Amino acid sequence: MPHDLNLAVLVSIGQHPKSGRARRAEQDARAVELGLKLVGERLELLHAGEAQQEVLRSYLGMGLKEMTLLEQPSAGDAVPALGRYLAQKRPDIVLTGVRAESGEASGMTPYLLGEALGWPVVTRIADIIKVENGEAEVLQALPRGQRRALKVRLPFVASVDLAAETPRQSAYGPGRRARIDNASVDAQQDQLRSQWQEAPARKRPKRLKVAKAKTAADRFKAATAKSQASGGQVLQNESAQEQAQALFKLLVEEGVLR
Amino acid sequence: MILDGLLPVLITMALALLVIGAVRRINLWRAGQPESVSLIAGLMAMPRRYLVDLHHVVGRDKYMSNTHVATGGGFVLSLALIVLVHLFGLDSKILAWALLAATALMFVGALFVYKRRQNPPARLSKGPWMRLPKSLLVFAVTFFIVTLPVAGVLPEDFGGWVLAVILLIGIAYGLGEMLFGMTWGGPMKHAFAGALHLAFHRRPERFGGGRSTGLKPVDLGAEVLGVAKPSDFKWNQLLGFDACVQCGRCEAVCPAFAAGQPLNPKKLIQDMVVGLAGGSDAKYAGSPYPGREVGQAKGGPTQVITEGLVNPETLWSCTTCRACVEECPMMIEHVDAIVDMRRFLTMEKGNTPNKGAETLDNLIATDNPNGFDPGGRMNWAADQNLKVMADVKETDVLFWVSDGAFDMRSQRILRAFVKLLKAADVDFAVLGDEERDSGDVARRLGDDATFQSLAKRNIAVLNRYKFNRIVTTDPHAFHCLKNEYKDFGGDYEVLHHTTFINELVKAGMLKLDMYKGGTVTYHDPCYLGRYNGEYDSPRELLNELGIELAEMERSGFRSRCCGGGGGAPITDIPGERRIADMRMEDVKATGAELVAVGCQQCTAMLEGVVEPRPEVKDIAEIVAESLVEEVH
Ligand code: SF4
Ligand code: SF4
Repeated sequence: MPHDLNLAVLVSIGQHPKSGRARRAEQDARAVELGLKLVGERLELLHAGEAQQEVLRSYLGMGLKEMTLLEQPSAGDAVPALGRYLAQKRPDIVLTGVRAESGEASGMTPYLLGEALGWPVVTRIADIIKVENGEAEVLQALPRGQRRALKVRLPFVASVDLAAETPRQSAYGPGRRARIDNASVDAQQDQLRSQWQEAPARKRPKRLKVAKAKTAADRFKAATAKSQASGGQVLQNESAQEQAQALFKLLVEEGVLR
Repeated sequence: MILDGLLPVLITMALALLVIGAVRRINLWRAGQPESVSLIAGLMAMPRRYLVDLHHVVGRDKYMSNTHVATGGGFVLSLALIVLVHLFGLDSKILAWALLAATALMFVGALFVYKRRQNPPARLSKGPWMRLPKSLLVFAVTFFIVTLPVAGVLPEDFGGWVLAVILLIGIAYGLGEMLFGMTWGGPMKHAFAGALHLAFHRRPERFGGGRSTGLKPVDLGAEVLGVAKPSDFKWNQLLGFDACVQCGRCEAVCPAFAAGQPLNPKKLIQDMVVGLAGGSDAKYAGSPYPGREVGQAKGGPTQVITEGLVNPETLWSCTTCRACVEECPMMIEHVDAIVDMRRFLTMEKGNTPNKGAETLDNLIATDNPNGFDPGGRMNWAADQNLKVMADVKETDVLFWVSDGAFDMRSQRILRAFVKLLKAADVDFAVLGDEERDSGDVARRLGDDATFQSLAKRNIAVLNRYKFNRIVTTDPHAFHCLKNEYKDFGGDYEVLHHTTFINELVKAGMLKLDMYKGGTVTYHDPCYLGRYNGEYDSPRELLNELGIELAEMERSGFRSRCCGGGGGAPITDIPGERRIADMRMEDVKATGAELVAVGCQQCTAMLEGVVEPRPEVKDIAEIVAESLVEEVH
């Protein structure tokens, strides 16, 4: 690992699925774990949100002495503040979770940041093997435990999948003593969000799965084997117009668009 | 006599060395953290604590207690008289005769020590301890002989140069062991440190028949949480370690040691001594931690203990059963020390092994160790029609359900107990979803922050309601509520369900049939028995059912742990055997078909032993089965 590799990890406030209580978010904690593996204590921990959230200390308890807080009102939009801060700091790699456990949880943060910074976005990574000559070897997590090796130029934004290394235990003492520094940023109200209405989620209808497996061996294969691309179509040489047309047709067929 | 001129010089020298050594040793203890003790009161209480409390423990081995009284008493008396007779030269026949008697007494005691050392049991340390009986004999004999002329039995000029030289060597050797060795790390150190340890014990409540078993709270604002280095212990804890006589009684009763896990409480205490004095364990001459070699451990007062002195696995093997503490004649507090060091590993290092971290995370996020929905605490009682405190606000008996609410096996115990409460028409209610884990596991895993948070929130809920007593089927919750919540403002009358049911039966509130099954034995849960002294109620209750208990060899205060305490099943340190299997062997040895228990954790551990084995039932279940239900 180059000694001057700069890495920023964005962490959010997680939410326990059973109790609804704030906690260290599972994917974000994995991002911190990966960051610690790559650069140790030099990693910059970032949170954009309200001040005085004790649960942030559970990230610090993983072995960091300080973190930066970009203070936002509760209905603030984290992306512009993060974008400006990161553009100024220019780390080599920005790690996030795939999707927050609370709040909007749209999973858009990495994409919007990538757009704002003009950096590539790598989704759902499981590991960063090494960084050399301005290039990172990244393992992307695919379904069923498969991995895809990618080479990505620095700088980039990556979202960390649950398949990454499980995070280390958070220690109370160091977490308690660590510093949370306020970086001054202009808060920005989330205009769109303020107009939204929230309602409890409805269960999404599941696509019916036709069980074809007859034997245990078949089931095992179905659960582990690489999914066979069947009926798919690779559009490589067609014009953008044709590609878009094909996508549109598929979405209508699947009932996503009506 | 020829030695007349030399004797006072020798004695003065030995006493001077004793004092220098004492100052040195005291300074080693003073490297520990401050803890206020009452100096005068402690010293005044010391003789009584030695004669009564310590001998209460030593007296379990009559041979050793008589031996110790003779040897120790003889020595202390001899020493006092030696100073008067041979140092100050008081020319008194009476004193001389008294000295003769004292040395004779010591001699007799030393003979028995010698005999015990001919074929020492494995738990005793060897090494320098093997020479101690000889040193005692030499000391007694030589001072006996040099006192004879003073007593007028022998002429003043008795003996020639040869005898004088022999006596001189004997005196030098005896004084060396008994006085120099006492404060310079020899086996006699136990007398010096032990006496002061009794005077300044960290849990003075233990003397005079009292009990003090609750862990001490951590100051969460401290610079370092828990004990990293020997100097992080309180000074009187260090003093306590130094008092160890390496008798190995703790080793003989430790379930983790017997299971071949890498823990030996005696070695642990000796490693603490290595830590406080600095050096290595190369000179340790007792049983090792099972599966670990002796001689590799190094430490010093300001070196981190778990980096070279004690392997963390040793600390995580302990079930906190307190058998060692109960057995220790020097009243050393092993469990306090182990949990202190665990606190550092968990709260500073974030290094709780195996399922530890997950359990603690769950406790923090859901208030129960398995991460169940905290809103589902009452699901077990969906058909029970229980009153909930939030509705009734006031009740006679508050039934503390504990995390057994989430476990199917434990729910059977809870239901049985509810059946009894209803049959006896007890006015009771539960906290329902307002109840939280008591914090027991978090605390034993070293996470005092989570324990304190749970305790404080439980206390806040409890203090909102009016009730007379708390009753629980879980001895761990029982112990926390009764003994450990006091430090946070929660002072309640708490009863274990066996105590409470026993009361009901005695008051004629429950009509019971006789028990009809076969032989029954009873397993004392550590947290009910040794932690809280409740040995009788469960037995009385079983007797009420007409059960003649076939007691296990290790029962009552000597009960062997089931292996389920202290978070041991969570940290799961491998050994050669499982503690629960060993306990089931104890059960089988009585020929019992049923083992009665009073703890859901014990039930789970003992039922986890592969069949065929005796049945396992909680006393609540046994009583509920014998209940004569009246038809109204
Ligand atoms: S408390 Fe029990 S398991 Fe722990 S050291 Fe003592 S005897 Fe062994
Ligand atoms: S700690 Fe106590 S029981 Fe164990 S060897 Fe030392 S004196 Fe004996």
